[in-house]
Amino acid sequence: MKSEPNTPGQEVPVSAPVMVDLRLSVNRDSYPITVDTRETLLDTLRERLDLTGAKKGCDHGQCGACTVLVDGRRMKACLALTVTLDDREITTVEGLADGDTPHPLQAAFIENDAFQCGYCTPGQLCSAVGMLAEASAGWPSSVTADVTGEPRLDDEEIRERMSGNLCRCGAYVNIVAAIGQVAR
Amino acid sequence: MRPFDYRRAEDARSAVAALDERPDAMYLGGGTNLVDLMRLGVASPEMLVDVTRISSSAIEESADGGLLIGAGVRNSDLACDPLVRLRHPMLAESVLAGASGQIRNMATVGGNLLQRTRCSYFQDISKPCNKRQPGSGCPAREGDHRNLAIIGHSSDCVATHPSDMAVALAALGAIVHVEGRRGSRTVPMPGLHRLPGDEPDRDTVLEAGDLITAVEVPALSFATRSHYRKVRDRASFAFAVVSVAAALDVADGVVRDCRIALGGVAHVPWRAEIAEEALRGSAATATEFTRAADLELAQARPLRDNGFKVPLARNVLVRTLIDLTEAS
Ligand SMILES: Cc1cc2nc3c(=O)[nH]c(=O)nc-3n(C[C@H](O)[C@H](O)[C@H](O)COP(=O)(O)OP(=O)(O)OC[C@H]3O[C@@H](n4cnc5c(N)ncnc54)[C@H](O)[C@@H]3O)c2cc1C
Ligand code: SF4
Ligand code: FES
Ligand code: FES
Repeated sequence: MKSEPNTPGQEVPVSAPVMVDLRLSVNRDSYPITVDTRETLLDTLRERLDLTGAKKGCDHGQCGACTVLVDGRRMKACLALTVTLDDREITTVEGLADGDTPHPLQAAFIENDAFQCGYCTPGQLCSAVGMLAEASAGWPSSVTADVTGEPRLDDEEIRERMSGNLCRCGAYVNIVAAIGQVAR
Repeated sequence: MRPFDYRRAEDARSAVAALDERPDAMYLGGGTNLVDLMRLGVASPEMLVDVTRISSSAIEESADGGLLIGAGVRNSDLACDPLVRLRHPMLAESVLAGASGQIRNMATVGGNLLQRTRCSYFQDISKPCNKRQPGSGCPAREGDHRNLAIIGHSSDCVATHPSDMAVALAALGAIVHVEGRRGSRTVPMPGLHRLPGDEPDRDTVLEAGDLITAVEVPALSFATRSHYRKVRDRASFAFAVVSVAAALDVADGVVRDCRIALGGVAHVPWRAEIAEEALRGSAATATEFTRAADLELAQARPLRDNGFKVPLARNVLVRTLIDLTEAS
């Protein structure tokens, strides 16, 4: 989506794309990049930076396949405009492992057989990383009996907190087990 | 999606000035509703003014024990705030009952209040819709309206307001702080949202260019005993079919005071003033709770396919009040 250079004498199209230069920080690498203001983080990652881990499932915020971490918080990359994120630190599934050592959640997903086709997995992993941080910060959830108290991360809590990530293959039982193994 | 300019506002004044200069512009919060509507072609601003960085992302305690919540506070930060959880549990619960963890991390308080209806015709630009295109008609009235309004709808629009948080704020009588072209003012809830009447394109009483800067929750001592209960088509991550936010003050088996609002039933978060009035001074029993709920719901005019919401709303309200009584 690059804007066409305007030939002299040609009328400027009313709706020419608006391009903005910015610096995007992803998995601790800094990318100088020119983006169309309409571009979502998901499209920038996948189409421009060749980081295809985050997946496009619905493009409407409904499935969680595009989940990434922004300053450590899980978010949906399909609803985030790249132009809003120039001073943020973005982590995708490609950035979770420590060199050749998989992230504990990645290892637990493998051990527990927590996927079939794998399409939702990058989103599940990033979401689980963010969710565990939220739980250890003491955030309650919709199934926490008393919102004033400290939540305990049992299976019901994990299911509720991961409800923004759908799995078309129905690997939920093992996803909950994998996350539970890391949480406890 | 139509191309648009992007500007990041540093403070409320410059955000308002930007929209004054460019009437085709819109404010951008977390973008979880607006970006989606732009992609669907329902909204097509020529400029977005990002208001998430203006200095209003804090929750402050006011002198009288109320809370002043900046419009830029993310939904998850509101729900996990210790004072909100302690003093207004139904507010924390209502936020936690909405959307998903990822969306709550992005969504702002201002954007949540001003999110648009989830009526499927509104979101589909190939269909007529009076809210999206005034005068084009309302296919929901005869079409798919199972999840739409039972109270306060008009021949022009039968949509519901989708926000969970707004239901708790309406029950709490929150005060919305607004900065506009002619200076700042406050709008008390539930008066922010309006019934559709013959202008369903107007969701709220706000005027073009108005910026929400904060939401003030007045002190309400008995709100420590309050609860938000939501019924939806699946266990999580779905909009309300019907919901109830209620705070109850019971002493010696008698209701001294209460605050009640219903969600999923109207174009606005519906403050149940008739039920509140009926309950004050009455016995805190299931019989009285049912009587009050029935009095409130006597105004209901369900559509062909959503009559089930009337007994559902009654039962959820009665159950919530019983639970609050037993917890005392
Ligand atoms: C899949 C999905 C499921 C969801 N489920 C639920 C649910 O169960 N319950 C629920 O309550 N919500 C639900 N939501 C909706 C969600 O809560 C809203 O999208 C969100 O709260 C909007 O906040 P935002 O900051 O992202 O707003 P934006 O999308 O940025 O803005 C929304 C509107 O508010 C305007 N605006 C933003 N900030 C201001 C301001 N400060 N002053 C004036 N105008 C402003 C914008 O111009 C726009 O018109 C869901 C959303 C999705 C995508
Ligand atoms: S109910 Fe309202 S939003 Fe839905 S189609 Fe009718 S006019 Fe449009
Ligand atoms: S692709 Fe973002 S939530 Fe589905
Ligand atoms: S493993 Fe196939 S969608 Fe989840």
